[in-house]
Amino acid sequence: MAKHILSVLVENKFGVLARISGLIAGRGFNIDSLAVGETEDPTASRMTIVVDGDEKTIEQVKKQLNRLIDVISVQDLTKEEHLDRELMMVKVEVTPKTRPELVEIAETLKAEVADVGVKNLTILLVGDQTKVKTLLELVKPYGIKEIVRTGRIALSRDGAGG
Amino acid sequence: MKMKGAQILIECLKKEGVEVIFGYPGGANLPIYDALYDSSLKHVLVRHEQGAAHMADGFARATGKVGVCLATSGPGATNLVTGIATAYMDSIPMVVITGQVRSYLIGNDAFQEADVCGITRPITKHNYLVKDVNQLARTIREAFFIAGTGKPGPVLVDIPVDVSQAEVEFVWPEKIEIRGYKPQRFVEGHRGQINKAAKLLVESKKPVIYVGGGAIMSKAADEVRELVDLVGAPVTTTCMALGIYPEDKPYSLRMLGMHGAASTNYAVQYCDLLVNIGARFDDRVTGKVETFSPKSKKIHIDIDPASIGKSVQVDVPIVGDVKKVLKELIKEIKALNRKPDYGDWWGQIREWQKKHPLSYSMNGSKLKPQYVLEVLSDLTKGDCLMTTDVGQHQMWACQFYRWTRPRTYITSGGLGTMGYGLPAAIGAQFGKPNERVICLSGDGSFVMNIQELATAVDHKLPIKSIIINNVSLGMVRQWQEMFYKRRFSYSSIRPPDFAKVAEGFGARGVTIRKAEEVRPTLEKVLADKECWVVDCICDEDEKVFPIIPPGKAIDEMILDMA
Repeated sequence: MAKHILSVLVENKFGVLARISGLIAGRGFNIDSLAVGETEDPTASRMTIVVDGDEKTIEQVKKQLNRLIDVISVQDLTKEEHLDRELMMVKVEVTPKTRPELVEIAETLKAEVADVGVKNLTILLVGDQTKVKTLLELVKPYGIKEIVRTGRIALSRDGAGG
Repeated sequence: MKMKGAQILIECLKKEGVEVIFGYPGGANLPIYDALYDSSLKHVLVRHEQGAAHMADGFARATGKVGVCLATSGPGATNLVTGIATAYMDSIPMVVITGQVRSYLIGNDAFQEADVCGITRPITKHNYLVKDVNQLARTIREAFFIAGTGKPGPVLVDIPVDVSQAEVEFVWPEKIEIRGYKPQRFVEGHRGQINKAAKLLVESKKPVIYVGGGAIMSKAADEVRELVDLVGAPVTTTCMALGIYPEDKPYSLRMLGMHGAASTNYAVQYCDLLVNIGARFDDRVTGKVETFSPKSKKIHIDIDPASIGKSVQVDVPIVGDVKKVLKELIKEIKALNRKPDYGDWWGQIREWQKKHPLSYSMNGSKLKPQYVLEVLSDLTKGDCLMTTDVGQHQMWACQFYRWTRPRTYITSGGLGTMGYGLPAAIGAQFGKPNERVICLSGDGSFVMNIQELATAVDHKLPIKSIIINNVSLGMVRQWQEMFYKRRFSYSSIRPPDFAKVAEGFGARGVTIRKAEEVRPTLEKVLADKECWVVDCICDEDEKVFPIIPPGKAIDEMILDMA
């Protein structure tokens, strides 16, 4: 089992998200995350779908997505050089004593302290999966109150000469 | 010229070449019915919307054209659902038009509102809610294009009342372009793959050609026949492709799968090359998939890339239109100029066939359903178009009728919809007015859409419904007997007097109880021009054999009760 990042270009029409999520649920595929947004072409949206499964399952997911009329193209970014990032916000318990430590963690990971309260502190991070995991591990001992994540978005890389 | 949305719809249907639509009026499609009032388009008034969907489906299967049905919003639309799912599972081209509540009421739980696009999303190839009358003509054009090309399927178009009523200039889009749908990309098969397939076929010692509904869709009967006759390989079909190769010819192994002949399943299980032409390795064909035909190389020709490798891994996938691929394959085989030698293999198959013929015994005084099918086959000699319902009678028809022409056996293969037979027969008769149409049914299935007898009588259709009446849900009863310790839980039903019911609807009815009545009665009924219901009271203990028990390998068939 491996995680695959599928970059799916779809028509920007109502109901398309329902078609995609319905297909994934109806055929029993497991997805980790799904992120959608407009593209340079306002009539199209790009979805980044992270799917868990063996080669055969991923092949079926791709083929089934391609069957949808509103799907323009499906690209498996796992098979090529790509950039991927996720945005995460973590609300952590804080005391006057632990505050400097948390601020330091955020700075070390090039994350941002987005909100500071009396009892909580929110760190905002944009990073790849390693960074996301590291931040979570580091702040866990302080007590995580809430996490929100966008899911990964990804784009193919042009490489050095591109 | 300015036209109302409803008129635009009718004009579009005419431009698409639609001959007949099957429908039922209601609040949200009244503007469409108002436009139909002045139109030359033929409309058939059904008695239940499910009937309309099955009629459009039966019409499509009999003719190869796109079938069209029409219903109102809410309950009208939801009544279509079983019919749409039936068509979807068997890849039948259909355009389904539904009325919808006024666009500003959508989402408001308005009277007779249902989210029909939401409900039918997983059972349509595509669906549309038309929010702007300016998009209507283009949408209808796209719907027909999508329904009838690639791997065909039902497409639903939901039209709110206010869109049907709005007036706009009618512009017929001559060309349409859907950037996410390019079926022409998958038409030609890959050259190299076709070469490989040709080589494998002439080099193999023990091949089986396995043909499915995709070959019917692709209108490839001639090519299938040419290929089989060219190489002299055994050919078997799923129930979706019966008749694509004549069963009275020696190369035919007839149907495979759960109720296929034992010899056929042995051949599939022990072959060294399995050539799948437009079939999909359905679970009713493979049995336990891990043990399916373990020693064979597999070639799979299908227009839908997603069908390939879905359940069974194949060695030579060929994505393409069956007809085109077969034409190329035949050319390649001829170019190889090598006569394959399947002599030993045929010897083995003939031995299996001799040892395990499809049979039944005429013991006891009760009428045997298989006998009814044999007589019917003998009387019609393939000169009929038969629709069926679902259950034992459906499988006996596969086994005991000789299928010799494509598109003559019309059945709900994938979804297995009871109540399909009679409306499908009506649709088929509209599509093929000169064919003799028979609806073979069971006492359980026939009552599920019996109301459509009224539709058949309205139009003086000479359809003959033949009911294998065993006073029970026969297939359920068979499974209960074999796999549930004879605990016959709710599988006995008390059927009505079908002959009387038929007469109540204005059709003719007759009841058969004895074997000797079968031939003269069927002769008389088949020669008559009226709509008939023939109720055959049969032995309720008769079972369909062989049967591959659920979860077993295809060579682990139960051959009889002994």
